[in-house]
Amino acid sequence: MENSLIIAGFGGQGVILIGQLLGYSATAAGKNATFFPSYGAEQRGGTANCTVVIADEAIGSPVVTRLDTVIAMNEPSLAKFESWVKPGGTIIVNSSLVHKKVARSDVRALYIPANELAEQLGSEKSANMVILGSYLGASQALAVEPVIETMRVKMASKAKFLPLNEAAIRAGKELAESQCAAGKGAQG
Amino acid sequence: MQKTYARPVSLQPTVSGFCPGCLHGMVCKLVAEAIDKFDMREKAVGILPIGCATLSMEYYNFDMVVSAHGRAPAVATGYKRCRPDNLVFTYQGDGDLAAIGLAEIMHCANRGEKLTTIFVNNGIYGMTGGQMAPTTLVGQKATTCVNGRDPAQAGYPMRMAEIINTLEAPVYVARFALNTPANVLKAKAGIEKAFKNQLEGKGYSFVELLSNCPTNWGVSPEDSLKWIQEKSIPYFPLGELRNN
Amino acid sequence: MEKKFMKGNEAIAEAAVRAGCRFFAGYPITPQSEIPEYLTKRLPEVGGVFIQGESEIASVNMVIGAAAAGVRAMTSSSSPGISLKTEGISTLAGAQLPAVIVDVARTGAGTGQIYPGQNQYNVATKAPGHGGFKVIALAPATVQEAVDLTYEAFDYADRDRNPVILLADGVIGGMMEAVVLPEPKTAFPEKRDWQIDGCQGRERRVNRSLDNDTVKLEQFQRDCAAMYERWQQEDVRYEEYLTEDADLVIAAYGTSARVAKTAIRELRKEGFRVGLIRPITVSPFPYIAFDKLDYSQVKHILAVEMCIPALMVEDVKCAVARRTPVSAYTRGAGFVVSPDEVVGAVKDLISKGGAQ
Repeated sequence: MENSLIIAGFGGQGVILIGQLLGYSATAAGKNATFFPSYGAEQRGGTANCTVVIADEAIGSPVVTRLDTVIAMNEPSLAKFESWVKPGGTIIVNSSLVHKKVARSDVRALYIPANELAEQLGSEKSANMVILGSYLGASQALAVEPVIETMRVKMASKAKFLPLNEAAIRAGKELAESQCAAGKGAQG
Repeated sequence: MQKTYARPVSLQPTVSGFCPGCLHGMVCKLVAEAIDKFDMREKAVGILPIGCATLSMEYYNFDMVVSAHGRAPAVATGYKRCRPDNLVFTYQGDGDLAAIGLAEIMHCANRGEKLTTIFVNNGIYGMTGGQMAPTTLVGQKATTCVNGRDPAQAGYPMRMAEIINTLEAPVYVARFALNTPANVLKAKAGIEKAFKNQLEGKGYSFVELLSNCPTNWGVSPEDSLKWIQEKSIPYFPLGELRNN
Repeated sequence: MEKKFMKGNEAIAEAAVRAGCRFFAGYPITPQSEIPEYLTKRLPEVGGVFIQGESEIASVNMVIGAAAAGVRAMTSSSSPGISLKTEGISTLAGAQLPAVIVDVARTGAGTGQIYPGQNQYNVATKAPGHGGFKVIALAPATVQEAVDLTYEAFDYADRDRNPVILLADGVIGGMMEAVVLPEPKTAFPEKRDWQIDGCQGRERRVNRSLDNDTVKLEQFQRDCAAMYERWQQEDVRYEEYLTEDADLVIAAYGTSARVAKTAIRELRKEGFRVGLIRPITVSPFPYIAFDKLDYSQVKHILAVEMCIPALMVEDVKCAVARRTPVSAYTRGAGFVVSPDEVVGAVKDLISKGGAQ
């Protein structure tokens, strides 16, 4: 099994963090993982994205242009990466900030209002954690408990956010699973 | 009978290959005497440059590293940080220190590396055959400024001791001349002071020595000493600029 | 063994510390700045020295000072910075000083771009400085291999009293991957009868790359040439992947090799007999690996490189010696070659009769 995804958004939306958490979690789970950040000359305010591959076998390229999943945290990211998903793959859209719909009919589209959901739980800052949870729900690439555990370890210095982050991951996972089950995100 | 003057043990018993009348031999002797005075020959490490000063690798009688042109202060930095108990000095000419190695000397001094720089300023490139140096005097002829240094083209001679003295970190900055016995004795005391600072762990010391180049100045050794007095010293004033 | 998910640059830095590196000087340049950022914290923990030099030139010269002092020393940079370091790398070779130089290569001439590239092949393998010397250049394809090769690089450097280059690229340096870190080294070459430590109880030593005795200098050059020959016999390292039955062989190192492996797996699923020769030492180059191929079977060799024009392909051509056609598939300007592109390039060749 190999799961490849790209997580893209504005700098500051925490896309790098959730990519790294997936990598740490996959390693802890005994899987192979690669994380590759795009790096631009601008460090702030530009677009940020990272590619994560999680696999049982050795991973070839850490840079992938035909992906199982694309996560678009903002509108430019959807525009840029929509075509990169394999037919039958998944696009997770942060519908709090992206008001366009996925145009393709050969992929599964999930619309996760990550910012609103996170705000309801306590702070918009956890929107990336909602998205992380939704990826776990949609892909089933990793179990949710070890990912929460990894998040707790890696973000120990931000103790007051840990309960909120955990709730956000769980909420994102549930929403994605319910959308998948309802076939809302099904192809076509 | 007591022997009152002898070759320092920090110099090899060889004949100097510097040009006749060149004061580099004098600098070698002064440095060697200072190292002997502190009984540091077995701990001394000279970081040599590229230029006439490189020849001193044949004369000093202690460990040395010969660096690339201008890089002695960086090599000395790496060395001294790894072996802080050794007595480390760079021995550099004016092309090496003030032209190609300007960045290295400035930052070595600025970091306050606990080492010593002996800077031999004779206002010209000696080894390569008399080209203009950053310290060549205005109007002074060189093979790359045959009508004399023109400030409109080449700027003015750089007063390195004063430039180093703008930095916070150095503990000792001084300029001496080697043209008279009285000046040589002052230079000797300055070199000793610079080494003493290092041995006491005080910080970076910079000693500039106004030297000569009879061969490339095209004057006799004797006239070269007059040149230092009449031309060099007025532009490069002598003295201890800083003595912390 | 515990696996740690680490960024390539940081893994290289940690591997150096575990190899006994106790001195680092470097200058910031993307995409390798995590190496100095890591070591500024890490080296003091083990009694080592970190210095941010005022330039790449100063940094490599600080390494020269540390190496002369007998300390395991390293510097790192990326392509344009390596240009500045070549003076010092040449001095290291001429003065017979061991040190490790990490090049997390980027793309293009001049400032080029900060994105990954394999454009430093010739610098690492042919001319890492003036004077016609050579170094062992190691090219990792995974973060784990970057760790392992960095760890070994210091031993090569000490053995040969010669600089060693770790030739990574921005992908290896910037990506994160699980690694098993080696145990810290405790045993080092004991007798450094060349190190500069003060002449107590012995004759003075002069470490230098210049020699006024040209007869001795010529002998030194001959000794170096003999050492380079020895590398060819003893130190060549490469990986062969599915070459046995291959009628098309890809030649690639570093990042493009791991991409090529993915492509080969896909091609194999479709029945194409494609293999890979992956140089691990790009210097000494594994010419021998190409001698082992059966040229009645191999119809084409395709070099895959992330630089335009391809550079390693010249060594491949030299190794193949016209026994079969050699061509290259390239991406430049920082674009990382994709498995799909390699699959396409291979199929293209096959459709033109390059292989069955």
